[in-house]
Amino acid sequence: MSLDTILASGASIAAIFSALMVVWQRSAVISALFLVLNLGSVAILFLTLGGEFLAAVQVLVYAGAIMVLFLFVIMLLNPAPLKERFASGPVVTGLTFALGVLFFASLMRGVMSLAGAGGTMASVGESYGSTRSVGELLFTAYLYPFELAGVLLLVAMVGAVVLARRQAPGED
Amino acid sequence: MDAAMLKEIGEIVVRMLIIFTAVFTGVGYMTLVERRVSAWMQDRLGPNRVGPQGLLQPLADGLKHLMKEDVTPPGAHRMVFILAPIMVLIPAVLSFAVIPIAGDAINLQDLGLPWDWQIKPFIADVSVGLLILLGLASLEVYGVVLAGWSSGSKYPAMGALRSTAQMISYELALGLAILPVVLTTGSLRLQTIAEAQAGTWFGFVPHWNVFIHPFGFLFLLISIFAENKRLPFDLPEAEPELVAGYHTEYSAMKFVMFYMTEYSAMIANAALMVTLFFGGWQVPGLVLPQPWMFLVQAGAFAAKTFFFLFLFVWVRWTLPRFRYDQLMNLGWKVLLELAFINLLVVAMLVAAGVM
Repeated sequence: MSLDTILASGASIAAIFSALMVVWQRSAVISALFLVLNLGSVAILFLTLGGEFLAAVQVLVYAGAIMVLFLFVIMLLNPAPLKERFASGPVVTGLTFALGVLFFASLMRGVMSLAGAGGTMASVGESYGSTRSVGELLFTAYLYPFELAGVLLLVAMVGAVVLARRQAPGED
Repeated sequence: MDAAMLKEIGEIVVRMLIIFTAVFTGVGYMTLVERRVSAWMQDRLGPNRVGPQGLLQPLADGLKHLMKEDVTPPGAHRMVFILAPIMVLIPAVLSFAVIPIAGDAINLQDLGLPWDWQIKPFIADVSVGLLILLGLASLEVYGVVLAGWSSGSKYPAMGALRSTAQMISYELALGLAILPVVLTTGSLRLQTIAEAQAGTWFGFVPHWNVFIHPFGFLFLLISIFAENKRLPFDLPEAEPELVAGYHTEYSAMKFVMFYMTEYSAMIANAALMVTLFFGGWQVPGLVLPQPWMFLVQAGAFAAKTFFFLFLFVWVRWTLPRFRYDQLMNLGWKVLLELAFINLLVVAMLVAAGVM
Protein backbone atom coordinates (compact mmCIF):
# COMPACT_ATOMS: atom_id res chain seq x y z
CA MET A 1 0.00 0.00 0.00
CA SER A 2 1.47 3.32 -1.01
CA LEU A 3 1.58 6.40 1.18
CA ASP A 4 -1.02 8.08 -1.05
CA THR A 5 -3.50 5.24 -0.54
CA ILE A 6 -3.08 5.38 3.24
CA LEU A 7 -3.55 9.14 3.20
CA ALA A 8 -6.61 8.96 0.93
CA SER A 9 -8.25 6.21 3.02
CA GLY A 10 -7.57 8.09 6.24
CA ALA A 11 -9.00 11.29 4.79
CA SER A 12 -12.08 9.44 3.49
CA ILE A 13 -12.77 7.88 6.86
CA ALA A 14 -12.29 11.23 8.58
CA ALA A 15 -14.61 12.90 6.07
CA ILE A 16 -17.42 10.34 6.60
CA PHE A 17 -16.99 10.32 10.38
CA SER A 18 -17.02 14.10 10.65
CA ALA A 19 -20.02 14.38 8.30
CA LEU A 20 -21.96 12.02 10.58
CA MET A 21 -20.88 13.92 13.67
CA VAL A 22 -22.12 17.20 12.13
CA VAL A 23 -25.62 15.72 12.10
CA TRP A 24 -25.43 13.89 15.41
CA GLN A 25 -24.03 16.65 17.62
CA ARG A 26 -26.51 18.60 19.74
CA SER A 27 -24.39 21.71 20.21
CA ALA A 28 -24.25 23.97 17.15
CA VAL A 29 -20.64 25.01 17.81
CA ILE A 30 -19.39 21.41 17.98
CA SER A 31 -21.36 20.62 14.81
CA ALA A 32 -19.68 23.52 13.02
CA LEU A 33 -16.28 22.30 14.22
CA PHE A 34 -16.91 18.85 12.75
CA LEU A 35 -17.93 20.53 9.49
CA VAL A 36 -14.53 22.23 9.47
CA LEU A 37 -12.87 18.84 9.97
CA ASN A 38 -14.98 17.51 7.10
CA LEU A 39 -13.89 20.32 4.78
CA GLY A 40 -10.27 19.72 5.77
CA SER A 41 -10.51 15.99 4.99
CA VAL A 42 -12.01 16.76 1.59
CA ALA A 43 -9.11 19.16 0.96
CA ILE A 44 -6.68 16.30 1.68
CA LEU A 45 -8.64 14.12 -0.79
CA PHE A 46 -8.16 16.83 -3.43
CA LEU A 47 -4.43 16.85 -2.61
CA THR A 48 -4.09 13.08 -3.11
CA LEU A 49 -5.82 13.51 -6.48
CA GLY A 50 -3.26 16.11 -7.60
CA GLY A 51 -5.55 19.12 -7.24
CA GLU A 52 -3.23 21.32 -5.16
CA PHE A 53 -5.01 24.52 -6.16
CA LEU A 54 -8.45 23.12 -5.33
CA ALA A 55 -7.21 21.87 -1.97
CA ALA A 56 -5.71 25.24 -1.06
CA VAL A 57 -8.84 27.10 -2.15
CA GLN A 58 -11.06 24.66 -0.27
CA VAL A 59 -9.20 25.48 2.95
CA LEU A 60 -8.93 29.19 2.19
CA VAL A 61 -12.55 29.80 1.19
CA TYR A 62 -14.65 27.19 2.98
CA ALA A 63 -12.70 26.48 6.14
CA GLY A 64 -10.99 29.86 6.39
CA ALA A 65 -13.79 32.25 5.51
CA ILE A 66 -17.26 30.72 5.30
CA MET A 67 -17.06 28.47 8.36
CA VAL A 68 -15.50 31.25 10.42
CA LEU A 69 -18.53 33.39 9.62
CA PHE A 70 -20.79 30.46 10.56
CA LEU A 71 -19.08 30.19 13.93
CA PHE A 72 -19.21 33.95 14.32
CA VAL A 73 -22.98 33.97 13.81
CA ILE A 74 -23.50 30.96 16.09
CA MET A 75 -21.54 32.73 18.80
CA LEU A 76 -23.56 35.93 18.35
CA LEU A 77 -26.92 34.13 18.57
CA ASN A 78 -25.63 31.57 21.11
CA PRO A 79 -28.41 28.97 20.70
CA ALA A 80 -28.94 26.51 23.57
CA PRO A 81 -27.92 22.92 22.76
CA LEU A 82 -30.79 20.58 21.85
CA LYS A 83 -32.17 18.73 24.86
CA GLU A 84 -33.13 15.62 22.91
CA ARG A 85 -32.75 14.22 19.44
CA PHE A 86 -35.36 14.99 16.80
CA ALA A 87 -38.25 12.57 17.24
CA SER A 88 -39.95 11.28 14.10
CA GLY A 89 -42.50 8.65 13.19
CA PRO A 90 -41.88 5.45 11.21
CA VAL A 91 -43.20 7.07 7.99
CA VAL A 92 -40.63 9.88 8.05
CA THR A 93 -37.83 7.48 8.97
CA GLY A 94 -38.77 5.07 6.19
CA LEU A 95 -39.06 7.87 3.63
CA THR A 96 -35.70 9.33 4.63
CA PHE A 97 -34.07 5.92 4.41
CA ALA A 98 -35.57 5.24 0.95
CA LEU A 99 -34.46 8.66 -0.33
CA GLY A 100 -30.99 8.05 1.05
CA VAL A 101 -30.70 4.70 -0.70
CA LEU A 102 -31.93 6.26 -3.94
CA PHE A 103 -29.44 9.11 -3.70
CA PHE A 104 -26.57 6.76 -2.87
CA ALA A 105 -27.48 4.44 -5.78
CA SER A 106 -27.56 7.29 -8.30
CA LEU A 107 -24.26 8.61 -6.95
CA MET A 108 -22.63 5.16 -7.22
CA ARG A 109 -23.99 4.79 -10.75
CA GLY A 110 -22.32 8.06 -11.71
CA VAL A 111 -19.03 7.03 -10.08
CA MET A 112 -19.04 3.56 -11.70
CA SER A 113 -19.65 5.07 -15.15
CA LEU A 114 -16.42 7.10 -14.88
CA ALA A 115 -13.45 5.98 -16.93
CA GLY A 116 -11.16 3.70 -14.97
CA ALA A 117 -13.78 2.63 -12.43
CA GLY A 118 -13.07 -1.01 -13.30
CA GLY A 119 -9.64 -0.78 -11.70
CA THR A 120 -7.50 0.80 -14.41
CA MET A 121 -6.86 4.44 -13.65
CA ALA A 122 -7.31 6.89 -16.49
CA SER A 123 -4.26 9.12 -16.79
CA VAL A 124 -4.61 12.88 -16.74
CA GLY A 125 -2.48 15.56 -18.33
CA GLU A 126 0.65 16.97 -16.72
CA SER A 127 -0.97 20.30 -15.83
CA TYR A 128 -4.15 18.70 -14.42
CA GLY A 129 -5.37 20.53 -11.33
CA SER A 130 -2.77 23.27 -11.57
CA THR A 131 -3.72 26.90 -10.94
CA ARG A 132 -3.20 27.70 -14.62
CA SER A 133 -5.45 24.94 -15.98
CA VAL A 134 -8.24 25.67 -13.47
CA GLY A 135 -8.05 29.36 -14.34
CA GLU A 136 -8.09 28.67 -18.07
CA LEU A 137 -11.18 26.47 -17.74
CA LEU A 138 -12.95 29.09 -15.63
CA PHE A 139 -12.30 31.84 -18.15
CA THR A 140 -12.99 29.86 -21.33
CA ALA A 141 -15.29 26.82 -21.20
CA TYR A 142 -17.08 27.78 -17.98
CA LEU A 143 -17.03 31.56 -18.35
CA TYR A 144 -20.81 32.08 -18.31
CA PRO A 145 -21.58 29.86 -15.29
CA PHE A 146 -18.64 31.51 -13.49
CA GLU A 147 -19.88 35.03 -14.23
CA LEU A 148 -23.47 34.09 -13.37
CA ALA A 149 -22.38 32.71 -10.01
CA GLY A 150 -20.60 36.01 -9.40
CA VAL A 151 -23.74 38.00 -10.21
CA LEU A 152 -25.81 35.71 -7.97
CA LEU A 153 -23.47 36.37 -5.04
CA LEU A 154 -23.63 40.10 -5.74
CA VAL A 155 -27.44 40.02 -5.69
CA ALA A 156 -27.38 38.16 -2.37
CA MET A 157 -24.95 40.71 -0.95
CA VAL A 158 -27.04 43.68 -2.08
CA GLY A 159 -30.09 41.99 -0.57
CA ALA A 160 -28.30 41.51 2.74
CA VAL A 161 -27.23 45.16 2.81
CA VAL A 162 -30.79 46.33 2.06
CA LEU A 163 -32.19 44.13 4.84
CA ALA A 164 -29.59 45.21 7.37
CA ARG A 165 -29.73 48.92 6.54
CA ARG A 166 -30.89 51.09 9.38
CA GLN A 167 -33.81 53.26 8.33
CA ALA A 168 -33.03 56.94 8.31
CA PRO A 169 -35.41 59.15 10.34
CA GLY A 170 -38.33 60.36 8.19
CA GLU A 171 -38.20 57.27 5.99
CA ASP A 172 -40.71 54.49 6.43
CA MET B 1 14.25 -0.34 5.48
CA ASP B 2 16.60 0.17 2.55
CA ALA B 3 19.25 2.85 2.24
CA ALA B 4 17.33 5.02 -0.25
CA MET B 5 14.31 5.27 2.02
CA LEU B 6 16.51 5.99 5.05
CA LYS B 7 18.18 8.75 3.06
CA GLU B 8 14.85 10.28 2.05
CA ILE B 9 13.48 10.22 5.60
CA GLY B 10 16.80 11.59 6.91
CA GLU B 11 16.67 14.50 4.48
CA ILE B 12 13.13 15.40 5.50
CA VAL B 13 13.88 15.13 9.22
CA VAL B 14 17.01 17.29 8.97
CA ARG B 15 15.28 20.12 7.12
CA MET B 16 12.35 20.02 9.53
CA LEU B 17 14.79 20.13 12.45
CA ILE B 18 16.64 23.11 10.98
CA ILE B 19 13.55 25.19 10.25
CA PHE B 20 11.52 24.38 13.37
CA THR B 21 14.52 24.79 15.69
CA ALA B 22 15.09 28.20 14.16
CA VAL B 23 11.40 29.10 14.52
CA PHE B 24 10.99 28.02 18.14
CA THR B 25 14.26 29.64 19.19
CA GLY B 26 13.08 32.75 17.38
CA VAL B 27 9.74 32.67 19.18
CA GLY B 28 11.41 32.35 22.57
CA TYR B 29 13.88 35.11 21.96
CA MET B 30 11.34 37.44 20.36
CA THR B 31 9.69 37.68 23.79
CA LEU B 32 13.03 38.79 25.19
CA VAL B 33 13.64 41.20 22.28
CA GLU B 34 10.21 42.71 22.81
CA ARG B 35 10.79 43.27 26.51
CA ARG B 36 14.33 44.56 26.16
CA VAL B 37 13.53 46.89 23.25
CA SER B 38 10.42 48.25 24.96
CA ALA B 39 12.50 48.85 28.08
CA TRP B 40 15.14 50.63 26.00
CA MET B 41 12.48 52.83 24.36
CA GLN B 42 11.03 53.74 27.75
CA ASP B 43 14.46 54.35 29.30
CA ARG B 44 14.29 51.29 31.57
CA LEU B 45 16.57 48.24 31.81
CA GLY B 46 14.20 45.35 31.15
CA PRO B 47 14.90 41.72 32.14
CA ASN B 48 18.71 41.46 32.34
CA ARG B 49 19.25 39.24 35.41
CA VAL B 50 18.81 35.67 34.12
CA GLY B 51 22.02 34.86 32.31
CA PRO B 52 24.23 37.44 30.58
CA GLN B 53 22.06 40.35 29.38
CA GLY B 54 18.97 38.29 30.31
CA LEU B 55 19.67 35.75 27.56
CA LEU B 56 18.29 32.84 29.61
CA GLN B 57 15.05 34.69 30.41
CA PRO B 58 12.92 32.80 27.78
CA LEU B 59 13.97 29.48 29.35
CA ALA B 60 13.12 30.74 32.83
CA ASP B 61 9.73 31.99 31.59
CA GLY B 62 9.01 28.62 29.97
CA LEU B 63 9.89 26.78 33.16
CA LYS B 64 7.76 29.12 35.24
CA HIS B 65 4.70 28.58 33.05
CA LEU B 66 5.21 24.79 33.05
CA MET B 67 4.99 24.77 36.84
CA LYS B 68 2.01 27.09 37.16
CA GLU B 69 -1.45 25.84 37.99
CA ASP B 70 -3.59 25.21 34.92
CA VAL B 71 -7.00 26.65 35.74
CA THR B 72 -10.14 25.77 33.82
CA PRO B 73 -12.96 28.15 34.73
CA PRO B 74 -16.19 26.47 35.93
CA GLY B 75 -18.31 27.96 33.11
CA ALA B 76 -15.98 26.69 30.39
CA HIS B 77 -16.71 24.08 27.76
CA ARG B 78 -13.88 21.72 28.76
CA MET B 79 -13.07 20.01 25.47
CA VAL B 80 -13.14 23.13 23.31
CA PHE B 81 -11.28 25.07 26.00
CA ILE B 82 -8.38 22.62 25.65
CA LEU B 83 -8.69 22.40 21.87
CA ALA B 84 -8.54 26.16 21.22
CA PRO B 85 -4.85 26.82 22.02
CA ILE B 86 -3.90 23.75 19.97
CA MET B 87 -5.95 24.93 17.00
CA VAL B 88 -4.38 28.35 17.11
CA LEU B 89 -0.76 27.19 17.43
CA ILE B 90 -0.69 24.43 14.78
CA PRO B 91 -1.50 26.56 11.69
CA ALA B 92 0.88 29.29 12.86
CA VAL B 93 3.78 26.83 13.07
CA LEU B 94 2.77 24.86 9.96
CA SER B 95 3.08 27.93 7.76
CA PHE B 96 6.89 27.72 7.99
CA ALA B 97 6.75 24.49 5.98
CA VAL B 98 6.46 26.34 2.66
CA ILE B 99 8.83 29.29 3.25
CA PRO B 100 12.20 28.90 1.47
CA ILE B 101 15.24 29.98 3.52
CA ALA B 102 17.96 29.72 0.83
CA GLY B 103 18.47 29.21 -2.90
CA ASP B 104 19.89 25.75 -3.58
CA ALA B 105 19.99 22.55 -1.62
CA ILE B 106 23.03 21.88 0.56
CA ASN B 107 24.84 18.56 0.91
CA LEU B 108 25.65 17.52 4.47
CA GLN B 109 29.07 16.24 3.29
CA ASP B 110 29.98 19.82 2.39
CA LEU B 111 29.59 20.66 6.07
CA GLY B 112 31.99 17.85 7.00
CA LEU B 113 29.26 15.46 8.12
CA PRO B 114 29.40 11.76 7.12
CA TRP B 115 25.97 11.59 5.40
CA ASP B 116 25.47 12.17 1.67
CA TRP B 117 22.12 13.91 2.16
CA GLN B 118 20.81 16.80 0.06
CA ILE B 119 19.06 19.25 2.38
CA LYS B 120 16.52 21.37 0.54
CA PRO B 121 16.01 24.96 1.73
CA PHE B 122 12.29 24.39 2.46
CA ILE B 123 10.27 21.61 4.09
CA ALA B 124 7.57 21.27 1.44
CA ASP B 125 7.82 22.35 -2.18
CA VAL B 126 4.21 23.27 -2.97
CA SER B 127 3.17 24.86 -6.27
CA VAL B 128 0.48 26.84 -4.43
CA GLY B 129 2.63 27.71 -1.39
CA LEU B 130 1.29 31.25 -1.15
CA LEU B 131 -2.32 30.03 -1.04
CA ILE B 132 -1.39 27.49 1.64
CA LEU B 133 0.12 30.30 3.71
CA LEU B 134 -3.02 32.42 3.37
CA GLY B 135 -5.21 29.41 4.14
CA LEU B 136 -3.26 28.60 7.30
CA ALA B 137 -3.43 32.24 8.38
CA SER B 138 -7.21 32.14 8.01
CA LEU B 139 -7.41 28.93 10.07
CA GLU B 140 -5.82 30.71 13.03
CA VAL B 141 -9.12 32.52 13.55
CA TYR B 142 -10.74 29.29 14.82
CA GLY B 143 -8.57 29.01 17.89
CA VAL B 144 -9.36 32.62 18.75
CA VAL B 145 -13.13 32.26 18.28
CA LEU B 146 -13.24 29.00 20.20
CA ALA B 147 -11.08 30.35 23.02
CA GLY B 148 -13.51 33.20 23.45
CA TRP B 149 -16.60 31.05 23.20
CA SER B 150 -15.44 28.18 25.42
CA SER B 151 -14.16 30.39 28.24
CA GLY B 152 -17.76 31.10 29.21
CA SER B 153 -17.17 34.66 30.33
CA LYS B 154 -17.86 38.03 28.78
CA TYR B 155 -14.44 39.60 28.18
CA PRO B 156 -13.06 36.66 26.18
CA ALA B 157 -16.30 36.51 24.18
CA MET B 158 -16.07 40.21 23.31
CA GLY B 159 -12.39 39.88 22.45
CA ALA B 160 -13.05 36.86 20.24
CA LEU B 161 -15.86 38.64 18.38
CA ARG B 162 -13.65 41.65 17.81
CA SER B 163 -10.66 39.66 16.62
CA THR B 164 -12.74 37.47 14.29
CA ALA B 165 -14.27 40.49 12.61
CA GLN B 166 -10.87 42.17 12.42
CA MET B 167 -9.03 39.16 11.00
CA ILE B 168 -11.71 38.41 8.39
CA SER B 169 -11.82 42.05 7.31
CA TYR B 170 -8.09 42.46 6.88
CA GLU B 171 -7.58 39.07 5.21
CA LEU B 172 -9.23 40.51 2.09
CA ALA B 173 -6.90 43.51 1.91
CA LEU B 174 -3.96 41.22 2.66
CA GLY B 175 -4.80 38.90 -0.25
CA LEU B 176 -5.38 41.80 -2.63
CA ALA B 177 -2.07 43.40 -1.62
CA ILE B 178 -0.18 40.19 -2.45
CA LEU B 179 -1.84 39.49 -5.82
CA PRO B 180 0.12 42.08 -7.88
CA VAL B 181 3.33 40.18 -7.03
CA VAL B 182 1.71 36.96 -8.21
CA LEU B 183 0.65 38.70 -11.43
CA THR B 184 4.13 39.92 -12.34
CA THR B 185 5.88 36.73 -11.22
CA GLY B 186 3.33 34.35 -12.71
CA SER B 187 3.62 31.81 -9.90
CA LEU B 188 2.19 30.99 -6.48
CA ARG B 189 5.31 29.00 -5.54
CA LEU B 190 7.32 30.96 -2.98
CA GLN B 191 10.71 29.69 -4.17
CA THR B 192 9.92 30.84 -7.75
CA ILE B 193 8.88 34.26 -6.42
CA ALA B 194 12.14 34.55 -4.47
CA GLU B 195 14.23 33.39 -7.44
CA ALA B 196 12.52 35.90 -9.74
CA GLN B 197 13.97 38.73 -7.65
CA ALA B 198 17.61 38.00 -8.55
CA GLY B 199 19.83 40.67 -10.10
CA THR B 200 20.03 44.45 -9.88
CA TRP B 201 19.10 47.60 -11.78
CA PHE B 202 22.02 49.90 -12.68
CA GLY B 203 24.27 47.56 -10.73
CA PHE B 204 23.22 48.65 -7.23
CA VAL B 205 19.42 48.66 -6.82
CA PRO B 206 18.42 45.07 -6.06
CA HIS B 207 15.69 43.62 -8.27
CA TRP B 208 13.23 43.35 -5.36
CA ASN B 209 9.46 43.46 -5.68
CA VAL B 210 9.20 46.31 -3.19
CA PHE B 211 10.58 48.65 -5.86
CA ILE B 212 8.05 47.36 -8.41
CA HIS B 213 5.04 47.25 -6.07
CA PRO B 214 5.63 49.86 -3.34
CA PHE B 215 1.88 50.26 -2.72
CA GLY B 216 1.29 46.53 -2.55
CA PHE B 217 3.97 46.33 0.13
CA LEU B 218 2.49 49.22 2.10
CA PHE B 219 -0.99 47.64 2.09
CA LEU B 220 0.46 44.26 3.04
CA LEU B 221 2.37 45.81 5.95
CA ILE B 222 -0.75 47.51 7.32
CA SER B 223 -2.89 44.38 6.92
CA ILE B 224 -0.26 42.27 8.65
CA PHE B 225 -0.27 44.58 11.67
CA ALA B 226 -4.04 44.09 11.85
CA GLU B 227 -3.89 40.33 11.21
CA ASN B 228 -1.38 39.91 14.01
CA LYS B 229 -3.48 42.07 16.33
CA ARG B 230 -0.42 44.20 17.06
CA LEU B 231 -0.61 47.79 18.13
CA PRO B 232 -1.94 50.11 16.70
CA PHE B 233 -4.59 47.49 15.88
CA ASP B 234 -4.64 45.38 19.07
CA LEU B 235 -8.32 46.02 19.85
CA PRO B 236 -9.07 42.31 20.50
CA GLU B 237 -6.92 42.44 23.61
CA ALA B 238 -7.17 46.11 24.50
CA GLU B 239 -6.38 45.81 28.19
CA PRO B 240 -8.25 48.88 29.46
CA GLU B 241 -11.47 47.55 27.90
CA LEU B 242 -11.22 43.76 27.76
CA VAL B 243 -8.64 42.63 30.39
CA ALA B 244 -6.69 40.46 27.90
CA GLY B 245 -9.28 39.66 25.25
CA TYR B 246 -9.89 36.12 24.10
CA HIS B 247 -7.20 34.51 26.29
CA THR B 248 -8.22 36.16 29.56
CA GLU B 249 -9.21 32.84 31.19
CA TYR B 250 -6.13 30.92 30.08
CA SER B 251 -3.24 30.14 32.39
CA ALA B 252 0.01 28.16 32.49
CA MET B 253 1.05 26.36 29.28
CA LYS B 254 -2.23 27.01 27.49
CA PHE B 255 -1.59 30.71 27.84
CA VAL B 256 1.96 30.18 26.61
CA MET B 257 0.57 28.53 23.49
CA PHE B 258 -1.38 31.69 22.65
CA TYR B 259 1.74 33.70 23.29
CA MET B 260 3.82 31.42 21.08
CA THR B 261 1.19 31.68 18.36
CA GLU B 262 1.38 35.44 18.42
CA TYR B 263 5.13 35.42 17.96
CA SER B 264 5.32 32.58 15.43
CA ALA B 265 2.62 34.28 13.34
CA MET B 266 4.68 37.46 13.56
CA ILE B 267 7.81 35.65 12.37
CA ALA B 268 5.87 33.90 9.59
CA ASN B 269 4.39 37.18 8.40
CA ALA B 270 7.78 38.92 8.52
CA ALA B 271 9.26 36.03 6.51
CA LEU B 272 6.35 36.32 4.06
CA MET B 273 7.01 40.02 3.52
CA VAL B 274 10.72 39.33 3.01
CA THR B 275 10.03 36.52 0.53
CA LEU B 276 7.47 38.45 -1.48
CA PHE B 277 8.92 41.96 -1.49
CA PHE B 278 12.54 41.92 -0.32
CA GLY B 279 14.05 39.17 -2.42
CA GLY B 280 13.75 36.44 0.20
CA TRP B 281 17.21 34.91 0.69
CA GLN B 282 18.72 36.88 -2.23
CA VAL B 283 21.97 38.71 -1.59
CA PRO B 284 22.57 40.76 -4.77
CA GLY B 285 25.84 40.02 -6.54
CA LEU B 286 26.99 37.35 -4.08
CA VAL B 287 28.63 34.20 -5.46
CA LEU B 288 30.26 31.72 -3.07
CA PRO B 289 31.10 27.98 -3.09
CA GLN B 290 28.23 25.83 -1.86
CA PRO B 291 28.28 25.39 1.90
CA TRP B 292 28.96 29.11 2.37
CA MET B 293 26.37 30.23 -0.17
CA PHE B 294 23.63 28.36 1.71
CA LEU B 295 24.72 29.65 5.10
CA VAL B 296 25.07 33.27 3.95
CA GLN B 297 21.70 33.19 2.19
CA ALA B 298 19.98 31.68 5.23
CA GLY B 299 21.69 34.32 7.37
CA ALA B 300 20.55 37.10 5.03
CA PHE B 301 17.00 35.75 5.17
CA ALA B 302 17.11 35.68 8.97
CA ALA B 303 18.53 39.21 9.10
CA LYS B 304 15.85 40.62 6.78
CA THR B 305 13.15 38.85 8.77
CA PHE B 306 14.55 40.21 12.01
CA PHE B 307 14.41 43.74 10.62
CA PHE B 308 10.62 43.42 10.25
CA LEU B 309 10.28 41.81 13.67
CA PHE B 310 12.11 44.80 15.10
CA LEU B 311 9.72 47.05 13.16
CA PHE B 312 6.75 45.30 14.81
CA VAL B 313 8.21 45.96 18.26
CA TRP B 314 9.23 49.50 17.37
CA VAL B 315 5.73 50.41 16.13
CA ARG B 316 4.10 48.76 19.13
CA TRP B 317 5.89 51.01 21.59
CA THR B 318 5.50 54.13 19.45
CA LEU B 319 1.92 54.42 18.21
CA PRO B 320 -1.32 54.72 20.22
CA ARG B 321 -4.26 52.38 19.71
CA PHE B 322 -7.04 52.99 17.17
CA ARG B 323 -10.71 52.95 18.05
CA TYR B 324 -12.60 49.87 16.86
CA ASP B 325 -14.84 51.70 14.36
CA GLN B 326 -11.76 53.51 12.98
CA LEU B 327 -10.10 50.13 12.49
CA MET B 328 -13.09 48.73 10.62
CA ASN B 329 -13.47 51.88 8.50
CA LEU B 330 -9.80 51.78 7.57
CA GLY B 331 -10.03 48.12 6.58
CA TRP B 332 -13.25 48.18 4.57
CA LYS B 333 -13.51 51.73 3.27
CA VAL B 334 -9.88 52.64 2.59
CA LEU B 335 -7.45 49.75 2.46
CA LEU B 336 -9.65 47.33 0.50
CA GLU B 337 -10.42 49.89 -2.22
CA LEU B 338 -6.83 51.09 -2.53
CA ALA B 339 -5.51 47.53 -2.72
CA PHE B 340 -8.13 46.72 -5.35
CA ILE B 341 -7.21 49.76 -7.46
CA ASN B 342 -3.55 48.82 -7.13
CA LEU B 343 -4.34 45.30 -8.34
CA LEU B 344 -6.38 46.61 -11.29
CA VAL B 345 -3.62 49.00 -12.38
CA VAL B 346 -0.97 46.27 -12.17
CA ALA B 347 -3.23 43.86 -14.05
CA MET B 348 -3.73 46.43 -16.84
CA LEU B 349 0.01 47.10 -17.02
CA VAL B 350 0.71 43.37 -17.22
CA ALA B 351 -1.92 42.95 -19.94
CA ALA B 352 -0.41 45.89 -21.86
CA GLY B 353 2.99 44.22 -21.63
CA VAL B 354 4.64 47.02 -19.63
CA MET B 355 5.47 44.79 -16.62
